[in-house]
Amino acid sequence: MSTWSGVVGEKWSQRTTRHSRALTSRHRLRGKGAVNGALLFVALCYLAPLAWLLLAAFDTAAGPSVAWPKQWSLDNFRAILTEDTTFRPMLNGLVLCGGATLVTLVCAVLAAYPLSRYRSRLKHPFLMTVLFMTGLPITAIMVPVYGLFVQVNLIDTISGTILFMATTALPISIWLAKNFMDSVPAELEEAAWTDGASRMQGLRRVVLPLMWPGLAVVALYTFIGLWGNFFVPFVLLLSNDNLPASVGIYTFFAQYAEVIYGQLAAYSLLYSLPAVLLYLGLSRRLGGAFTFGGGVKG
Amino acid sequence: MSAAPAAVQEARRPPGRLGGGGRAPHPDPTALTPLRGLPLVPAVGLIGVFLVGPILYCIWSAFTDMALTGAAGYHFVGLDNFTRAFTSAEFGQSVLYTVFFTVVSAIIGQNVLGMALALLMRKGNAVVRALVSAVVIGAWVMPEVVAGYLWSAFLGTDGSLNHVLTGLGFAPQNLLYTTPIVAVSIANIWRGTAFSMLVYSAALSEVPKEIEEAAVVDGAGTWRTLISVTLPMLRRSIATNLMLITLQTLSVFGLIWTMTKGGPSNKSTTLPLYAYQQAFQFSQLGYGTALALLLLLVGGAFSLVYLRTLRLGDTP
Repeated sequence: MSTWSGVVGEKWSQRTTRHSRALTSRHRLRGKGAVNGALLFVALCYLAPLAWLLLAAFDTAAGPSVAWPKQWSLDNFRAILTEDTTFRPMLNGLVLCGGATLVTLVCAVLAAYPLSRYRSRLKHPFLMTVLFMTGLPITAIMVPVYGLFVQVNLIDTISGTILFMATTALPISIWLAKNFMDSVPAELEEAAWTDGASRMQGLRRVVLPLMWPGLAVVALYTFIGLWGNFFVPFVLLLSNDNLPASVGIYTFFAQYAEVIYGQLAAYSLLYSLPAVLLYLGLSRRLGGAFTFGGGVKG
Repeated sequence: MSAAPAAVQEARRPPGRLGGGGRAPHPDPTALTPLRGLPLVPAVGLIGVFLVGPILYCIWSAFTDMALTGAAGYHFVGLDNFTRAFTSAEFGQSVLYTVFFTVVSAIIGQNVLGMALALLMRKGNAVVRALVSAVVIGAWVMPEVVAGYLWSAFLGTDGSLNHVLTGLGFAPQNLLYTTPIVAVSIANIWRGTAFSMLVYSAALSEVPKEIEEAAVVDGAGTWRTLISVTLPMLRRSIATNLMLITLQTLSVFGLIWTMTKGGPSNKSTTLPLYAYQQAFQFSQLGYGTALALLLLLVGGAFSLVYLRTLRLGDTP
């Protein structure tokens, strides 16, 4: 998920707007109308399914089609806000994704340090391997991972799933953390060494505080990705008590012959909320992180 | 999704500049000990156990007749699983669906729509632009299961689309039954376009305005400027983006599973779903891992090409 590009895009577009204003002519205005029309049409196509989500969640009589609720009500939410349906799966999701994010972050920062600060013949091949792994389809290895988890008795364990989820996010996190760390000047660290700090102290007290916006990006990015992941917990976790929200929503609605659309929409809304909110927070943060990373690297 | 940031760095790097590696390491003031690689251990350990391990296990069990139930025993069966795959009509069908899904939803749908949006956004009104990026990115942030449910409701027989169609006097559709692969492709375009849009917006922001303006001054029209000037300058971003969205689309599972479960009558069973069904619903772990290995090889090949496009850019 690459949001800092959005930041750049926006700055750039502001420039264009100013520019084209200076060149305004009637021909240009007509072109502009067509452009805005096309953009609004796309937005409308995108909004139609989303509108259903927002309206049906507050309509107990909701069907699969977009309709204005005859009576707005919170009954759908009341019906699903029980321990089994919502609270436990949400908590499981939080534990799984939060735990995995933490593990990824710690491992990625530790791995990034030698990759950023030392010279070695192995560094380039190692980084290339990491980058290669970011492209591997994780879906493809779920079948063998299941086999492996059964053999080593990690199947249906939260801890095993956390470690696996953390590993799937690790290659890209190492890559990002290394790039963010490259942008922290080594001189600052050297000053800390002359004051008697060890390398790890230098990392903790000097480097990490300077790269935390970058780390926040990696953390949120990892969390959002894992929060939406359906296949990994679907395969690795079996008992209802362990399932996170991504699978919980599926098993809950698969047990009825007839879909209760209002409740489905309400649940979808609740489950999407953390990802959407974190993303909004992330894109605010990104302005700073981006200029930091980009500014030092020039 | 996971490979996105590399693409963005790729996309926003000005042409001809060194990338990927970062700055050269500074001369080290403290003594270098053999322990300096120690911080790599946790990461390498996890990747070794949970990523390389399963891949090796996959390669090995693809050549056995391992079953899911009863670990009583299994035999080395050589290439049987692969010959079975290549002679099976179901496998051939799932390859076709995978290719269709990838080409229609990623290479054509997400890529073209993403580029079109990125280009239009440069000229659009600020409010319209904010609205479009909010909904497009909103669709992207939605968990895939939710996107699946939204689209099954939208495309269902009693869904919004049919209300609109009958309202306009058209015959109602039932894409989820007649051509489910088209239905899941539409949903995947809806969900994934934001990625291409962001990559292309970033890439376009690196295109020097002067060059496009010069083309306009020389009398080139909008299309001519786009085809002869703008797009060629985005060559590398386009290559990188195509590679990444192909990889992402190859591994889509949750979206298709919640919408159609691969049905009806396997008409939307792409390779990941086929491998899953064989391994878990028909308990043929050996055959399932053989299918997984084939998917992994295809993904690995694409990933290598992706690396190559990145590295080609490194040599100025």
